[in-house]
Amino acid sequence: MSQGRSDAELRLVTPGMAIGPCAGKRIGSGAIALNKEIIATKLGWAREFNGTVSVDPINSSYIPRSGDLIVATVAEVRNNLWFMNINGAFQGLLPMSLAPWKVEFGAARQHMGIGDVALARVQEVDECHNVVLTMKGIGLRRLNQGALLTVPVNHIDRIKGKDNSTLERLKTASDCRIIVGQNGKVWVDGDAKGIAWSRAAIEIAQRCGHKETFEAELTAHEKNAPNRGEQ
Amino acid sequence: MGGYGDIQLLRDDGLRLDGRKIDEMRPVSIEAGILPAADGSAMVTHGLNVAVAAVYGPMEAHPRKIQRQDRAVIDVRYNMAPFSTSDRIRPGYNRRSREISKVTAEALESVVLVERFPRSKIRVEIEILAAEAGTRCAGITAASVALADAGIPMRDFIVGVASGKVEDTVVLDLDKAEDNYGQADLPVGILPNTGEIAFLQMDGDLSPDEYNLAMEYNFKAAAEIHEIMVDALKKRYEGGEN
Repeated sequence: MSQGRSDAELRLVTPGMAIGPCAGKRIGSGAIALNKEIIATKLGWAREFNGTVSVDPINSSYIPRSGDLIVATVAEVRNNLWFMNINGAFQGLLPMSLAPWKVEFGAARQHMGIGDVALARVQEVDECHNVVLTMKGIGLRRLNQGALLTVPVNHIDRIKGKDNSTLERLKTASDCRIIVGQNGKVWVDGDAKGIAWSRAAIEIAQRCGHKETFEAELTAHEKNAPNRGEQ
Repeated sequence: MGGYGDIQLLRDDGLRLDGRKIDEMRPVSIEAGILPAADGSAMVTHGLNVAVAAVYGPMEAHPRKIQRQDRAVIDVRYNMAPFSTSDRIRPGYNRRSREISKVTAEALESVVLVERFPRSKIRVEIEILAAEAGTRCAGITAASVALADAGIPMRDFIVGVASGKVEDTVVLDLDKAEDNYGQADLPVGILPNTGEIAFLQMDGDLSPDEYNLAMEYNFKAAAEIHEIMVDALKKRYEGGEN
């Protein structure tokens, strides 16, 4: 995604704009072939990598994929399942059989109510966009405290950085536990100063995650970090 | 002469009442991303028209009966603000706004890759804050920029432009007097990169030659507006300010 901006030739393209001839190229996401030309379908940065031409979108909605780690909020509770808001077009379904607790029929509400936040994984997505979540797995749990922030889905790789390097920097600087969900929801837990600093860092990502100035602004923000001296 | 007899819409020097040439467009400016709460938004100022479009979604389509198993539905709501014209407009949906919402949705469905989002809905709200003739064209242009701003995949933009006939002369981009007292009006939605036509309406009569000339003007204007649309998006994302 936008993380790869430094190692590719990039230009801003708009829907319908011709990126180049499609002969000998593979077509990646955000582009289609039309009349022997590669046409951008999204507003974003066009790039070519290993013969594949794609567009890194500037804005995008969350499209769930099997295996995604997400931070979801309970939207509805039924006797034997939860409907979770996964920040996408459709709600995710968490059946009681995939919850980490032994849940009796009718007792789902005792474990998670509306508004509760959970760390879950996408179990499967069918062709009709039905999303099934699971909370069976290492680390998957209900999140009882902390703050929930939102970032644009296409800036998640930018926040994580290569091999999670940027995320580790944020964790160290803020002295907080931070979980970045693939669905654009970020959970931050720590002391008030750390959360406030992390919130400001996420705002930088929201504001200029698509710009080359992101790294410089984040570095400048790190100078005000609560855990500055111990880095 | 035709239509309203002695109402003069072209000056003796061949220019129009507002000083434009017959193939000259009113000034157009576009700003993208003006509404922080929307997934995508845009404001188009076309002459004295001001159209704001906001895009939300894709989201689950409700009620379920409107869902399509193989594609998304585009739900457009076009509305003129009560203060948009000199006479106050009664708030709420009316026959005209229903018709424009429908043709706009059908035009947008031809460019949005709706098959990528089965069972979902993309909501487009178009609000006309000031009206001077050509509001459906300004609304379509604004919706098109807002969809791009929201990251909705599209195979092209749609540019809304109109030509018409006044005093037996084909003119580009009718203003209010020309729209009210002219002989014909030809609003179209043009895909600027492919040259396809996504929607076309005609009010009044045009001969084949007049129609061809009007379409020539429309394509020329669409190319100009398309450049402004691209510049607006580039300014938002490339030019520094967000």
